[in-house]
Amino acid sequence: MDRVDAPVATGPGGDRMSAPEPKLVCRGVWKVFGHRGDETLRAMGPDPSGDTLSAAGLVPAVRNVDIEVGEGEIFVIMGLSGSGKSTLVRCLSRLIEPTAGEILFQGRNLLAASDSEMIELRRHAMGMVFQHFALLPHMTVADNVAFPLEVQGVSRAERSERAARMIELVGLAGRETAFPRELSGGQQQRVGIARSLAADPELWFLDEPFSALDPLIRREMQDEFMRLQSVLKKTIVFITHDFDEAIRLADRIAIMKSGAIEQVGSPEDIVLNPATSYVREFTGAVSRSKVVKVTRLMGPANGGSPVKTVQENASIADAAPLFNDGTDCVAVTDAQGRVTGHLARPAVIDMMLQG
Amino acid sequence: MTGTVASRPVGPVPAIATSLRLWIPAGLVFVVLWLWGRDVLPWAFDYPRSWVPPVRDWISDAMKWLMNDASLGLFTFREMTRAIAAVIDVPYQIALGLLSGGATVLGVLVSPIGWVGVTAVMGLLGHFAGGWRLAALTSACFGFIAIFGQWTSAMVTLASVLIAVPLGILFGLFLGLAGYRWRGVGRALIPILDLMQTIPVFAYLVPILILFGFGPTSAVIATLIYAMPPMTRITMLALRRVPSDLQDLGHMVGCTPRQMTWRVMIPSAKESLMVGVNQVIMLSLNMVIIASMIGAGGLGFDVLSALRRLDFGAGVEAGFAIVALAIALDRLSQAFADRAQVPLHVHGGFIARHPYLFGGLLTLILSALIGLAYPAVQSYPEAWQISTGTFWSDLVRYININYFDALESVKNFMLLNLLIPFKRLLIGLPWVGVAGLLALSGWCLGGVRLGLLTGGLTVLIASTGLWEEAMITVYLCGLSVVIAMLIGLPIGIAVAMQDSLWRGVRLVIDTMQTLPSFVYLMPAVMLFRVGDFTAMIAVVAYALAPAIRYTVLGLRSVDPSLIEAGRAMGCTPFQILTRIRLKLALPEIMLGLNQTIMFALSMLVITALVGTRDLGQEVYIALTKADPGRGLVAGLCVAAIAIIADRLIQAGAHRSRVRLGLADERANGDS
Ligand SMILES: Nc1ncnc2c1ncn2[C@@H]1O[C@H](COP(=O)(O)OP(=O)(O)OP(=O)(O)O)[C@@H](O)[C@H]1O
Ligand SMILES: [Mg+2]
Repeated sequence: MDRVDAPVATGPGGDRMSAPEPKLVCRGVWKVFGHRGDETLRAMGPDPSGDTLSAAGLVPAVRNVDIEVGEGEIFVIMGLSGSGKSTLVRCLSRLIEPTAGEILFQGRNLLAASDSEMIELRRHAMGMVFQHFALLPHMTVADNVAFPLEVQGVSRAERSERAARMIELVGLAGRETAFPRELSGGQQQRVGIARSLAADPELWFLDEPFSALDPLIRREMQDEFMRLQSVLKKTIVFITHDFDEAIRLADRIAIMKSGAIEQVGSPEDIVLNPATSYVREFTGAVSRSKVVKVTRLMGPANGGSPVKTVQENASIADAAPLFNDGTDCVAVTDAQGRVTGHLARPAVIDMMLQG
Repeated sequence: MTGTVASRPVGPVPAIATSLRLWIPAGLVFVVLWLWGRDVLPWAFDYPRSWVPPVRDWISDAMKWLMNDASLGLFTFREMTRAIAAVIDVPYQIALGLLSGGATVLGVLVSPIGWVGVTAVMGLLGHFAGGWRLAALTSACFGFIAIFGQWTSAMVTLASVLIAVPLGILFGLFLGLAGYRWRGVGRALIPILDLMQTIPVFAYLVPILILFGFGPTSAVIATLIYAMPPMTRITMLALRRVPSDLQDLGHMVGCTPRQMTWRVMIPSAKESLMVGVNQVIMLSLNMVIIASMIGAGGLGFDVLSALRRLDFGAGVEAGFAIVALAIALDRLSQAFADRAQVPLHVHGGFIARHPYLFGGLLTLILSALIGLAYPAVQSYPEAWQISTGTFWSDLVRYININYFDALESVKNFMLLNLLIPFKRLLIGLPWVGVAGLLALSGWCLGGVRLGLLTGGLTVLIASTGLWEEAMITVYLCGLSVVIAMLIGLPIGIAVAMQDSLWRGVRLVIDTMQTLPSFVYLMPAVMLFRVGDFTAMIAVVAYALAPAIRYTVLGLRSVDPSLIEAGRAMGCTPFQILTRIRLKLALPEIMLGLNQTIMFALSMLVITALVGTRDLGQEVYIALTKADPGRGLVAGLCVAAIAIIADRLIQAGAHRSRVRLGLADERANGDS
């Protein structure tokens, strides 16, 4: 399944398929840090404001969050530092207990799972990549990657075979016996990614996986990540504070501000129809042509058969160079190469002029 | 010796202006009471005997009851303790047999591992941990022991260490884990560890002796009590410092709690834990030497009996052997700690994967076989031994003949002009006044709770009826600390800024700190015979290392940009030193003072052997009379003094840190 065809709730791609049951659902989740956060929260009624909670000496890190993540979707949570992204994702993986709310994973209430059920779930269904890599310093790359399998009690032979495959997948073959401190930041995070994939999880959490890396390496890792996802097709919750990264990677973006979600939508949606002034501030600097997909501007495929084609998940900015030589019309194709529509020159020029 | 824990300032701490307004009248009251109060309030000076609760009798009676009547249902308490002793005795006897005594196995007398075997294995260990240089060092140390004829005693000592160290590490680790896992346990452990580390060792030798009987196993148990606390503390600290990311990782890959502990937490904390292991080894060695008094035997016993016979030659030789053993063990364990970060991954057969294990076994077998043919390989021939005993005895005699007057006049001068007057002064102070002043200091530095603690502990000391002994302890300790600081501060200031000098000095003080406290007594006694002055010299020598170390650490950790700023403002080097460096290094220097006091106190108790009249003597007498109550009460007094000093200084250091903007008012440097 190509990511553009993913069953997203909004946006052009999603409407065409009947959306199945979402993989991960999060309803009315609160996380309030501080003494007796739960009692205070309950006492304050259904939706107390952040200020009333702060006044009570509590830190409302996550406030009444509702999200749904579909199967095979890349769901990006974006927000500034301290907006509660990590706290939310830690609630989703139940590393911390939410103060209130409900989290359903494949229709099953995570918060009701017992400790041993949680251990089973995490062993087989969840993987996580950490901002600061969290590699075990006393283990080699191979052992680090095999660690989740070791914990599960997988035999040594199978472990090393699967670890080798993962290391190959992230492009670190040959470095198996190195120790984490002998690797560059980018390489360390590749190890972190390989490890999180070793147990073949269905749900993949990435908490600012590339924030600690240099811009160039970050870009490279983002490409790598997209390549991996095109092969693996996991359900992904990806955290970032970098709006450009969010736009590049996301099927849908949730924008967080002081613990609450401001807007959820596809990158195009967010850029073209920002719901609040806060979201508008982020989107102001983004050039539309990089966000808007060719599918949004294309017309029906009637008359003529243009020589050039463009994939339907390309952005207008990607398609623009095709018109440089004076071409009037380009065919838009889906993943199987079938023509789904035509993109006309004037629409593209309009969009490019808007920035 | 003590990893100390700062007390949190609770309640309002008075501002400096108010505290001045408090101090002046308080000082006046104190002086008035001191000068004219003796006739009016005699009880304020001499704590009345009738007010002393008979705690020591209670303790002694409790011990008697434990030993004679206490029953745990199926078996008596005595049977339990003896059973524990018997269990520990098994591995000890094996180690002893291997290293020193030999054993009869199935009716055949098997000789112990010979000196060549042990030295070679130590060399191999050294090579494994730190390469050729360490290998040379460790085998040289053991060769030295053999050549100077200390082999048998050294192996007895080593056997005790070999048993005490793994037990100490294990218990320390598990206690630390428990303290980490359950906050309540952790909080309860801290004061217990404080006590374990501040009660002088002699004080619990007696109860242990009574519970476990005279002999090496008791020594091992005493060593456990002494060497375990740092491991426990370091375990708790190291586990708390494991990045929370790694814990999250553990949870996310689905670790069970046990996997979390053993696969994630402990391996990640390994580096710090190895520091704890090094501490356990060095403290164990120190204690095994001291525990020769309750039958550990070995080198400590040689030093002790030499001291008693005033046979300096024999004492110095045994002392050097202790030094050699200490250096070898210290460097080995440090090298292992550094190595902890570099695990090896070699594939192949058993020999390829464990070359050192194989080499060690091979060496042992070969040396045993050759030893059968050539006895010189088995036990170092007496004819080859070098004895320096007579040399040292002669040297001491020479010094005493030629420099007797000079040494004696130095000693007398110091005694008459410094030691005795200061002692008189302290003994003459009213305990009520001292308690009041200490309470006031506590309050000013750390709030009401600290004030109550320091005042209360002082009253407690007085209420044991050991006020005078306590004051003698304070006087000896105080003077020694002042002298140690007076020597240590300038040395620290002088070497702090010169890397090469500091490297040399650090090697010296590192080595000094690995030496068991017993060793320091020897030269002091040789030169000045017994008495307070000798004790002071030994204490100063022992306590010098932390004074220098912390001064240097403090001076070196000053932010270089501040010094540049000072230079840019046109400060002279002297101004930079006094206005910037020393000022900013003050908190560290105060912690150094704290450590110096702790070192001094722990050494002071040992100097009871050279005839002081302080609390240490009281403990020591209790030891010789096997009176657990008397020893523990006096020991608790020493602990009280240590805790008062520690808490006051920690609070002071915290305050100065706050004033310098290096810490904020609320958060306390949890150490
Ligand atoms: N254990 C905790 N106890 C108290 N407050 C906490 C705790 N963890 C997080 N917070 C608070 O919750 C808020 C959200 O923190 P969180 O770590 O989720 O932010 P974030 O969006 O991930 O930021 P960053 O981009 O810096 O990682 C912050 O105000 C933080 O101070
Ligand atoms: Mg975060």
